[in-house]
Amino acid sequence: MDLKRSIFITIIVAFLYSIVILIGKDTTQPLIILTSMIATTISVATPLTLGALCGTFCERSGVTNIGIEGMMLSAAFFGWLTSIYLNTIYHVTPLPSLLIGVFVAILTGGLLGLLHAWLSVTFKVDQIISGTVINILATGVTGFLNRQLFFEKGSIFGGNVPHAPGTLPIIAIPGLSQIPVFGKVFEQQPIAWTAIILVFVANFVLFRTRWGLRTRAVGEHPRAADTVGINVSFMRYINVIIGGCLAGLGGAYFTLESVPSFEPLMTNGRGFISLAAMIFGNWTPLGAWAAALVFGAAQAFQINLQFFRDLIPPQWAFLQQSYIVGLTPYILTMIILAGLIGRTTSPAADGTPYEK
Amino acid sequence: MDKENLKPQEPTPPEPINDSKFINIYLVPILAVVTALILGAFIIWWVGGNPLLAYKGLLQGAFGSVRALSETTVWASPYIFAGLAVAVGFKGGLFNIGGEGQLAFGAVAASWAGYALPGIFHAQIPPILHILLSVGIGMLAGAIWGGIPGYLKAKTGAHEVINTIMMNYIALNLTSFLLNGPMKDPSPSNVIARTPLIAESARIPAIFPNYRFHWGFILALALAFGVWWLLWKTRLGFEIRTTGLNPDAAKYAGIDVAKTIVIAMSLSGALAGLAGAIEVTALNYRHELGFSSGYGFDAIAIALLGKNHPLGVVLASLLFAAMRNGATKMQFLTQIPVDIISIIQALILLFVSADAIVRYIYRIRTPQERVVYTRGWGK
Repeated sequence: MDLKRSIFITIIVAFLYSIVILIGKDTTQPLIILTSMIATTISVATPLTLGALCGTFCERSGVTNIGIEGMMLSAAFFGWLTSIYLNTIYHVTPLPSLLIGVFVAILTGGLLGLLHAWLSVTFKVDQIISGTVINILATGVTGFLNRQLFFEKGSIFGGNVPHAPGTLPIIAIPGLSQIPVFGKVFEQQPIAWTAIILVFVANFVLFRTRWGLRTRAVGEHPRAADTVGINVSFMRYINVIIGGCLAGLGGAYFTLESVPSFEPLMTNGRGFISLAAMIFGNWTPLGAWAAALVFGAAQAFQINLQFFRDLIPPQWAFLQQSYIVGLTPYILTMIILAGLIGRTTSPAADGTPYEK
Repeated sequence: MDKENLKPQEPTPPEPINDSKFINIYLVPILAVVTALILGAFIIWWVGGNPLLAYKGLLQGAFGSVRALSETTVWASPYIFAGLAVAVGFKGGLFNIGGEGQLAFGAVAASWAGYALPGIFHAQIPPILHILLSVGIGMLAGAIWGGIPGYLKAKTGAHEVINTIMMNYIALNLTSFLLNGPMKDPSPSNVIARTPLIAESARIPAIFPNYRFHWGFILALALAFGVWWLLWKTRLGFEIRTTGLNPDAAKYAGIDVAKTIVIAMSLSGALAGLAGAIEVTALNYRHELGFSSGYGFDAIAIALLGKNHPLGVVLASLLFAAMRNGATKMQFLTQIPVDIISIIQALILLFVSADAIVRYIYRIRTPQERVVYTRGWGK
């Protein structure tokens, strides 16, 4: 991450944080607001981080993936379905149901990754189209099953949505979470922690291991990689499946960690925003994480502003409109993509099928 | 033994590849649809429905009566406009996923022009002029909504796929804001997020008193011809297609690629905006939140199924319209949720785009040339 983009990130985050602090300072201590903002930022950045990691693995191996949105949505649905199924039908206690749900979500993402690889590597389908197929398929399947399983008479859950087994428990880091007020930042749920660990793992794998070197070789110059005996198709398959699993974990965040329910289209463009995070992060895990945190800050801005709605001064009345404030992440994405804050370079063979 | 047979056999010349235009253009899409319908039948059977009854209901609901036919055309007209929008983008090498937002914005702008303009001018506007103004403003809104990602693509290389999707979300938020606030229907009994009814003078008159069949469908057919003429018979069309096939070659040939990209995206947006404007001026006479859900995405499948050709787009639109329209009857007969149609449509999209699968299943040879739809990031 170069200086220009680091400064941009700092300015945006500081700007969004200070608006909320300025508005809320009359009723709440600035430190409490700041803590809440940071804690929310880290939490809501989780699916973006995982989505961006998914994109990084796929594109470093040369496969564009705009199907992240669909992978997350499907994973969110099937993970949630599994946890409810186990909890309601087999009376499994909540925690194991949720954990198996997370596992199924990862599996769902991985399977869609396999589909994407199959279409774009084996059949050499245009990768953007293949991703779009996954997105549309995910919308259709989750919408259909959601209605068929929960809202039809005679369906397995008897026509109503059963009580979900809740969300994953908070894990507090001993010591750090005991800091007065600010310690709340270190109380996050397991997928949020896992995402942060995975950022560093991914960074190590991509830049410090033989596997990572081969992955990058396949994404930069597949012919050269092929010449020295690297199996281009195999590398692409595995990396896209790894990416799918990461997106699946990101999907689990929506229904098993954030809220205990599923709504059609609930991923709301996060998959696409995480692609912007990946591009802004220059196809590196650490950079992608930093960018995901900016988008997280934009969302935390929206969420925390809701608490202080009545305190917003009349000349800033537009901030009371949640629809207007909700534009922040999307506009931010477009600004970042336009490269106003420094261009980044994609892997050379990104998006092109390899013809032997 | 005949002497002739002892001679070393001349190697028989390879059979000429029967890769006629028919197979490439029609057979593969048709087989894709058939395959998707067969898979759909399995899904219906799997969730406990009767596939034959379901498809019978689908057919009856779509074509079973004059009313059903009329309703199918009502579904088809926005599909044709939006499908043409996506096809024009693809021809220019641009993937416009933003049809949804452009359509919604076109509808909002057209309804604004429909109900607010007489008040602004403090006068009645002659019907024809008012209709043209409303539709024109709707198209303009769509053109701007598509033009922005086009401009960003041309000037900065930002990929239009992500930007058009972002513009979708921005349009969704802005329309929600407008229809719940400044543009909300002020009548006291109204609790729905919708605009007031547009003025009588902005309404395109109905053709038949008891059927919803409207001028939009006829305009859509005319426009399909117009788009064909534009793409294949004009200089601009040539420039768009050349830019789509190979931007480097286009630049070398003296075509202003950046300008062509902006024009193609604006044109694409204008067509999608027109879809929304026609729904307002010819059918609903107002814009209501959520009415457009899905047109923009179905349009992608329609353009791909129609091989980005206006005639193909019209046929694919009729197919999709028939499925959407017939789905209600199907649900009534078999209790299968209408969402099954989304799955079947996604499968059609899958088989059309991955035509290698269809070719593999039905043993059809692969053509030499490959169609390029889009390009990777910043290329």
